[in-house]
Amino acid sequence: MHPAFSVIFLTTLIGAGQGLFLALMTVQAYADIGALALPEGSYFGTNSMIALALLVAGLIASFFHLGHPERAWRSAAMWRTSWLSREVIALPIFMGLVFVYGLLHYLGYNPNLFGENAPPQGELTYLVGLLGVVAAFALFICTGMIYGCLKFLQEWNTPLTPINYTLFGIASGFTLATALTAWMAPTLVNFYGGWAIAFTVLAFITRSASLIRNQRIKHRSTLATAIGVRHAQIQQKAQGAMGGSFNTREFFHGKTAAFLKSIKWVFLVLVFPVPVLLLALGLQNNSATLLGLAFAIQYVGLLAERWFFFAQAKHPQNLYYQTI
Amino acid sequence: MTQLALVIDLNVCVGCHACVTNCKQWNTSGEAGPLVDENPYGKDPTGTFFNRVQTFEVGEFPHTETVHFPKSCLHCEDPPCVPVCPTGASYKREEDGIVLVDYDKCIGCKYCAWACPYGAREIDEKQKVMKKCTLCVDRIYDESLPEPERKPACVLACPTSARLFGDVHDPESEVSIAIREQGGYPLMPEWGTQPSNHYLPRRKTKMKIHKDELVRVDNPLKKDGHLPKVDENESFLEDSASW
Ligand code: SF4
Ligand code: SF4
Repeated sequence: MHPAFSVIFLTTLIGAGQGLFLALMTVQAYADIGALALPEGSYFGTNSMIALALLVAGLIASFFHLGHPERAWRSAAMWRTSWLSREVIALPIFMGLVFVYGLLHYLGYNPNLFGENAPPQGELTYLVGLLGVVAAFALFICTGMIYGCLKFLQEWNTPLTPINYTLFGIASGFTLATALTAWMAPTLVNFYGGWAIAFTVLAFITRSASLIRNQRIKHRSTLATAIGVRHAQIQQKAQGAMGGSFNTREFFHGKTAAFLKSIKWVFLVLVFPVPVLLLALGLQNNSATLLGLAFAIQYVGLLAERWFFFAQAKHPQNLYYQTI
Repeated sequence: MTQLALVIDLNVCVGCHACVTNCKQWNTSGEAGPLVDENPYGKDPTGTFFNRVQTFEVGEFPHTETVHFPKSCLHCEDPPCVPVCPTGASYKREEDGIVLVDYDKCIGCKYCAWACPYGAREIDEKQKVMKKCTLCVDRIYDESLPEPERKPACVLACPTSARLFGDVHDPESEVSIAIREQGGYPLMPEWGTQPSNHYLPRRKTKMKIHKDELVRVDNPLKKDGHLPKVDENESFLEDSASW
């Protein structure tokens, strides 16, 4: 497939936004059972707005993918059958919840809904946050399933696709949270940093699993089934167009196999070992700069990862275009 | 239920592109506006087509066969392109099974093109909406046209009659009989899309002629022995008037 930068930015940006929000809720959950001291002041408010900014940026990127962005509202119609439609619904709901969550924290409005003596889970921000967590995971699943549900795109048609989307989002979100917290609430840095490393390692395991799976994939369609001629020797002589077509542009990445391979190594290095190393160093030296760098490098790596994700998928329609 | 479809006979298709040309002509002139053409006379002409003809060579020289392969939307019975469309712009008609795109609803997200294993959908880079074969839905029901012309433009254009059009759910239709009797097959059956369009395979046309068919032993003329004999010297009245 031809990797579209609009979609690459959309998925990486909202993934980081979702992850950052989940990181915030993790701290609040720990704090509510008394395992952590709740950070002071506007910490949650500011970080929620940063998460929201990432989501908005992703949304804006997605509009560049559409031929008719002014009609985008129509895309909520077919949620019964279309994962894309479901994502279009889940994203604004999640954005709304993040906004309300941040606003409540910012205003310090946090009444206990079930009475003063109820457990802390009765707090308004906690309940809104829980809804946000549900929405964040729903959104991860929708995003992953947009690709995972296409059964003849065999590289994508695996549960690993939504799992990878989820873990990459969470890993980059926690890395970002670690960097931001180093500036805002240094006592929590180790907490976030530990989780960031754990999720990055987890993502490495699942992404490696999908890379290994895709390496040994056997494509079910062949040129023989594509044109229905049962013969081992078929050569294409004409593709039906001289100057190329939508079919030759949309479904091919247009780069060499060597380039594809090098991008794979680029992302394998930039997403996993380098950020983990920088996180460890940053935590040890208490350096916000190193932690910030860890996020920046991991994000760049994720752009490469997403590019590779699209480029690696071989669409069966390519069988009709043998000489690209 | 009706399911309109094309049946394409690869045994007679000569790869002349008449169907491509007529399809483009008809569908670029319709109510939906032109099908885009970019650099039509330039170096890299490109544009949106509903139908394309490709050519394949099967076998190894000198034992090769050329297969011309017309390719358009197959109007699948279980079209994977339809459920993925977020706006409902892509739909399959109940009444005749044609898969269509509502150009006024389409947001040009291209997801349906990804979901079609055959690459049958092409975006119109100018109108920014997805386009594909409509089986000339604006033609086949047009009562102002004489009955025999109420067929897709490609079918009418084909000089070798390689394209048949009809209802594949009616077992007695021309297309159903062709599929049944000439080994009609669908493309990429492995994905369960159940394409309505079918292709008829290449066939070897051979005729065995036995000697006794050239010189028939039971030749009635010989057998009956009643060949009329003409006397060359017999004279007729008109002979006297000629020289
Ligand atoms: S050929 Fe492609 S576009 Fe046409 S109905 Fe089947 S899946 Fe949809
Ligand atoms: S490009 Fe148009 S028809 Fe295709 S899925 Fe998107 S909105 Fe639906």
